[in-house]
Amino acid sequence: MQIADIRRRSRLSLRFPPERISAVFEAFDATVLARIQFAFTVSFHIIFPAFSIGLASYLAVLEALWLWKKDEVYLELFNFWKTIFAVAFGMGVVSGIVMSYQFGTNWSVFSDKAGPVIGPLMGYEVLTAFFLEAGFLGVMLFGLNRVGPKLHFFATAMVALGTLISATWILAVNSWMQTPAGFSVNEAGQFIPDDWWAVIFNPSFPYRLTHMVLAAYLTTAFVVGACGAWHLLRKTAPRRARTMFSMAMWMAAIVAPIQIFAGDQHGLNTLEHQPAKVMAMEGHYQSHPEGAPLILFGMPNSAEKRVDYALEIPKLSSLILKHSLDAPLAGLDTIPEDRHPPVAIVFWSFRVMVAIGFAMLGLGLWSLWCRLRGTLDTNAALHRAAVLMGPAGFVAVLAGWITTEVGRQPYTIYGHLLTADSISPIAAPAVGASLVAFIIVYFLVFGAGTFYILRLMARLPRDTMPELDEGPLRTAGVTPGPATANQGGHHGH
Amino acid sequence: MAIDLPLIWAAIIAFAVLAYVVLDGFDLGVGILFPFFPEKHDRDVMMNSVAPVWDGNETWLVLGGGGLLAVFPLAYATILPALYAPIIAMLIGLIFRGVAFEYRWRTQRGEFLWNWAFAGGSMLAAFAQGLALGALVQGIPVENRAYVGGWWDWLTPFSIATGLAIVIGYALLGATWLVMKTRGELAERARGVALRTALATVAAMGIVSLWTPFLEPVYLERWFGWPTAIFSVIVPLLVLGCLYLLLKGIRDRHDVQPFIAALGLFVLGYIGIGISFYPFMVPPSLTIWDAAAPDESLAFLLVGALVLVPMILTYTAYAYWVFRGKVDPEEGYH
Ligand code: HDD
Ligand code: HEM
Ligand code: HEM
Repeated sequence: MQIADIRRRSRLSLRFPPERISAVFEAFDATVLARIQFAFTVSFHIIFPAFSIGLASYLAVLEALWLWKKDEVYLELFNFWKTIFAVAFGMGVVSGIVMSYQFGTNWSVFSDKAGPVIGPLMGYEVLTAFFLEAGFLGVMLFGLNRVGPKLHFFATAMVALGTLISATWILAVNSWMQTPAGFSVNEAGQFIPDDWWAVIFNPSFPYRLTHMVLAAYLTTAFVVGACGAWHLLRKTAPRRARTMFSMAMWMAAIVAPIQIFAGDQHGLNTLEHQPAKVMAMEGHYQSHPEGAPLILFGMPNSAEKRVDYALEIPKLSSLILKHSLDAPLAGLDTIPEDRHPPVAIVFWSFRVMVAIGFAMLGLGLWSLWCRLRGTLDTNAALHRAAVLMGPAGFVAVLAGWITTEVGRQPYTIYGHLLTADSISPIAAPAVGASLVAFIIVYFLVFGAGTFYILRLMARLPRDTMPELDEGPLRTAGVTPGPATANQGGHHGH
Repeated sequence: MAIDLPLIWAAIIAFAVLAYVVLDGFDLGVGILFPFFPEKHDRDVMMNSVAPVWDGNETWLVLGGGGLLAVFPLAYATILPALYAPIIAMLIGLIFRGVAFEYRWRTQRGEFLWNWAFAGGSMLAAFAQGLALGALVQGIPVENRAYVGGWWDWLTPFSIATGLAIVIGYALLGATWLVMKTRGELAERARGVALRTALATVAAMGIVSLWTPFLEPVYLERWFGWPTAIFSVIVPLLVLGCLYLLLKGIRDRHDVQPFIAALGLFVLGYIGIGISFYPFMVPPSLTIWDAAAPDESLAFLLVGALVLVPMILTYTAYAYWVFRGKVDPEEGYH
């Protein structure tokens, strides 16, 4: 007991008077702050995987084309995008590590209860995906001279595979939280897996995985397309710019319609398993026994339970969701008020995503039309539109996730565990202080990273004139970055 | 149940954490040593010596955290709130030093910023890890499946001591790594640093070890009771043996021996902590079996771990093999 005394005395009595600090955060309780913190950190995180999943596959394709066709332009593009990938990937890794600890720091009750089900899935993500990516990333970034082109291609392919496996597991986790299946609950209130197959292949998982991977490919295609279009407009490196732009526009033309179809299927699945979310997306406060209208735009008014200034197309919603004009559709009036998700956020974020989906389709079709007429490389209006659409994928991804996650409220595990019951026993000031720290650090660090990526994209080295490569770049550039483009060109093989 | 799944998992998690500590230890150590090597050229080489492997090293941390959530969810759910501030600090440190690997090459005007981010982030992360270790050793009170201590419990003279000890220890790993991977004047300087940090590390280990038994009666019993007292004699002797090999390796200008000996020091220290902890997962509140997930979860992940961990070790070893030998300053990774 003496020892325990020493120990107690040795603790610094540095307990801050909580009243003082909490005054700042008085308006918020810990749950709200933790939700903001999770939303903030995960929104930053998803931006990087959305880009690196697509870019890793694109790099694998470029390297395969180079090995197959022996055309240097592919290797040059590979080296160009590889540098950008390295920066984006680094940001993805560090923001991801924050995520994997966030469950414990802010959502400890959730972790204790859901850990037995979602933990092993995330464990598999680490074992099958993160190690694979990390193990081969070094070889992919720095190893071309050391291992030769074939093994190097293998490394690139492994990195790309790793990003896809990673998306698969984490989406199994997320989908299980949306549409839980294959579990029971024990005396301690923990979710216990009964059937792993049912846990992983829960009802929304195939839809969510498809839609997300397509989203990552589209996001990357629009970034690559914007970069190509920009350089076509500036005429810096016509051959490389043309190759990128053309590849990206093929992706846009082919994947955008598939994505719209996949999104529609995803919506039907959501209607079946999370009807309240679809009601919020559609702005259906009231039930419509004789066919529901599609509300294009309007102002959701949760106090009055109606959408003000609504611009509607009669019966279309029933047609889309039920494939019949007169099919009845239930509204939020059939659900207890304390189980409503926040309607306005879901309503708007969903419209942003869908609008971008159709804009992407539009650009894809336009590019097809120009391609057929042979003006793909020369149509400046198309190029300007493509530059403008460069960030569209990121916005759509964020909007889509906000729809998904806010639409799931007030639950973390849909129908089984309330968000309010998931939170750590941590006081608001601690959560608030860490939130402020994350906001400052993220804007600084990821702001700088975005700036570097944009600058890298703006500096496409001129088309192959190997002997000139070295000189002008070194003196003109603030960055030694483009050296990577030389590295491959000179002694890469 | 014939097989004790929680115990097997405790061993796997312990392995993952040890792998993390020694692997990320040396690359964090390289960051911690940045201030001692002001030359740009030296810093380029130092960073390049760890650039191809740091991400893999850090993945062991994700396995430690993610694995804990999967197999010891209650430990995860009580340790992280208890260590809230050091964990957040560690994450922020890791952000700064992680992005520095790429950013530093993307700017000349801003390079000094990312040098600071790399060094400062590495130090912050290391110190926070040491604080967390110290706080864990002191004990975390748990009632009704929740942490019930105060927010500042992690901050004590003891945890500050363990924090500093980890910073010094990582610096030693970093210095011996540089001895192994670099040439010329840089390697020479690294030898000097390794010598000093080796002595400091062993001193820090001594202080922390003498202090630990007085924190908890259990630790006292463990270390001075039979039969574990044998270890109280053997472990310090082995530590001195490692120190001898380390110093001899430096004096005889061995490339590899100092690094291996430094790893030995870490493994011994780790075993010492393991002996104090067992059978607790969260001392003094939760044993390994209290904290474990149900067997369905443990068995499901164990199947994968048994197949995948050897594969991971194989291709990780391959990645190290590809970048074996001294760093070629001319190769210019970037
Ligand atoms: C490039 C990105 C992108 C684009 C163009 C679209 N989506 Fe999307 N959408 C996503 C990216 C995304 C996403 C970020 O990937 C989400 C969030 C969670 C998920 O699985 O996918 C998502 C979620 C999501 C959901 C929510 C499902 C749920 O949470 O239960 C629906 C109903 C749709 N989408 C439907 C569509 C429709 C009808 C689109 C076409 C017009 C569309 N999406 C275009
Ligand atoms: C796939 C992995 C994901 C998991 C496991 C996950 C899990 C969670 C959890 C535990 C919360 C906190 C509890 C809650 O408020 O419901 C949350 C909230 C939230 N997440 Fe996700 N999330 C994931 C992906 C994303 C992504 C990529 C975004 C991108 C925008 C996102 C956006 C949000 C938002 C906006 C909230 C706050 C919702 C609210 O509280 O109203 N999530 N998510
Ligand atoms: C709460 C949810 C999430 C957690 C806990 C999480 C965790 C992590 C961690 C720890 C890393 C770093 C891995 C490393 O060390 O190499 C990472 C990276 C990654 N994550 Fe997430 N993640 C989450 C959401 C998502 C989502 C929604 C996706 C995509 C659908 C995703 C896809 C990836 C990918 C592809 C990487 C590789 C790095 C990169 O591409 O930038 N993650 N994540």
